[in-house]
Amino acid sequence: MKHTPGSVAGNGLKLGVVLMATPLLLWLVLLVILPHLDLLMVSLRERVSYGKYAFSFANYIEFFTEPLYWNTYVRTATMSILATALTLVIGFPISYYIAKVMRGRGKSVLFLMCLIPFWVSELVRTFGWMILLRESGVLSHFLQWAGLVDGPVEMLYNDVTIMVGLVYTSMLFMVVPLVSVLDSLDDSLIEAGYDLGGNAFTVTRDIVIPHAMPGIASGCIVVFMLTLGNYLTPNLLGGKSSLWFTEQIYTQFITRFNWESGSAFGFLLLVLSSLIVWLGLKLSRQTLSDTVG
Amino acid sequence: MIPSIPQSRYAKGIYGAYVTLFFIYLAAPLVVVGVFAFNDSLFPSMPWEGATLAWFFGDKAPYVGIFHDSALLRSIGTSAFVAVWVTLLSVIVGTCNAFLFERAKFPGKNLLYMLAISPLVIPGVILGISILVFSNAIANGIEDSIGWDLDFLRPGLFLVIIGQFAFITTITTLVISARLRKFDITLEEAALNLGATRADAIRTITIPYLKPALIGAAIVSFLMSFENFNTTLMLVGSDAPLTIAMFDRLKQGSTPALNALSLLLMVVSGGLALISVFAQRDRSSK
Repeated sequence: MKHTPGSVAGNGLKLGVVLMATPLLLWLVLLVILPHLDLLMVSLRERVSYGKYAFSFANYIEFFTEPLYWNTYVRTATMSILATALTLVIGFPISYYIAKVMRGRGKSVLFLMCLIPFWVSELVRTFGWMILLRESGVLSHFLQWAGLVDGPVEMLYNDVTIMVGLVYTSMLFMVVPLVSVLDSLDDSLIEAGYDLGGNAFTVTRDIVIPHAMPGIASGCIVVFMLTLGNYLTPNLLGGKSSLWFTEQIYTQFITRFNWESGSAFGFLLLVLSSLIVWLGLKLSRQTLSDTVG
Repeated sequence: MIPSIPQSRYAKGIYGAYVTLFFIYLAAPLVVVGVFAFNDSLFPSMPWEGATLAWFFGDKAPYVGIFHDSALLRSIGTSAFVAVWVTLLSVIVGTCNAFLFERAKFPGKNLLYMLAISPLVIPGVILGISILVFSNAIANGIEDSIGWDLDFLRPGLFLVIIGQFAFITTITTLVISARLRKFDITLEEAALNLGATRADAIRTITIPYLKPALIGAAIVSFLMSFENFNTTLMLVGSDAPLTIAMFDRLKQGSTPALNALSLLLMVVSGGLALISVFAQRDRSSK
């Protein structure tokens, strides 16, 4: 008999498989599947009177007819795509430097330096940006000291600041997959490209980027998803003007206690997020297991 | 652009400068948070008023240091309580899942695997509200039918633990599976041939082999739970974990005591990060 991992257990261990699958099934059914089905159900009902509900699309109709909700949704998606693109453009040369230019000890030190800030809570990192950028902050004082501006400048609460914070927070999830994929690119391929008359631009375009595609795809997917679902950074750095969709969900749930429309918003965000992830996987011809594994 | 290809000094210089700027960008917010923990001023902002340790040890208002701030200290306790439970549950369930996915054969395995990694692509806020809505529905259902008021299904620590567990288990499953996949199954077979029972073989051979992954998974789950904000925000009741308490302080505007706390958090999580990185490195060289 061929010994495969499964056959060591033997057929007599069917019971074992069932026992082992119990926590998995409990976890998935009770905490993932049923809650999301329930979320969908709640989003599809309307309160008729106290304690009485009827099936209706009212919450979704409200979303599409109220410009504030719709605009916030589109704005969140656009800003997330922009943040993903910026993270890629800023992170790619850094990943290349770590993977291909640095050697030996310096390489692991640089890589570690990239990782460590992200073990610190997002709250602390955002707090740092607030201290740097606020009216009485470090940068404002520096500009005044340097004589570039006359009075204090408020750099918080605008879109550029939100973008700086989002790119900062997402950087790790771009750099790690990029470094690992660039590490696997053989130097001789790059040398061959130069030998055949290529220059830095053509070699990057025709050899490095095609090779790095799987890493680019997984980095972009993860960064987009995290940005879309972010609450802290837009809220703290953008203040009242941030208009982030997760804030709308929070307002519906916690402030207005309108769970029906909050659920509809949540579901719409989930659909958008899944759609983009799916699209990214299709375009890069990958599966979800490759990307996270 | 690799060392074996000659490049102009100019291009090298620009590239080096860009990398340097990038690391300044990475370090700046963290350095600033740390430095202002020592500023002798009521606000974590300029100007610099001289150094003090009051934001750590001060006990006279308004200079209440972090070690005398009972509200924040209590929230650290709450976070630690949540994190210990989440770590324990997610490492145990993650180990079961890893054995199931790596060893067992059963129909529908691929579908289950897809489902098991799906929490990674669900935004934390949505995971939070879906669990909030569902547990509320159960609690209401039970109250209406048999009249029990199950308080733990209302927003509070139980739901926070459950909500964080829901996605952290995916991560522990992935970490432990990756190590189990590399395990040489013949070692276990040898133990079985030598007369060990299956349980003995797993306990004395497989689990010790998995230990680095188990420790790594535990550190990662503890930190992810401790630092989680999005899911916690939707499920929190009256006992605020640290991230929620800090968020409220930040919104109100706070004294540099918050910097002192942040500095301590940085030291602890940076230390844990280094430990887990070095644990990983030893693993690969063995």
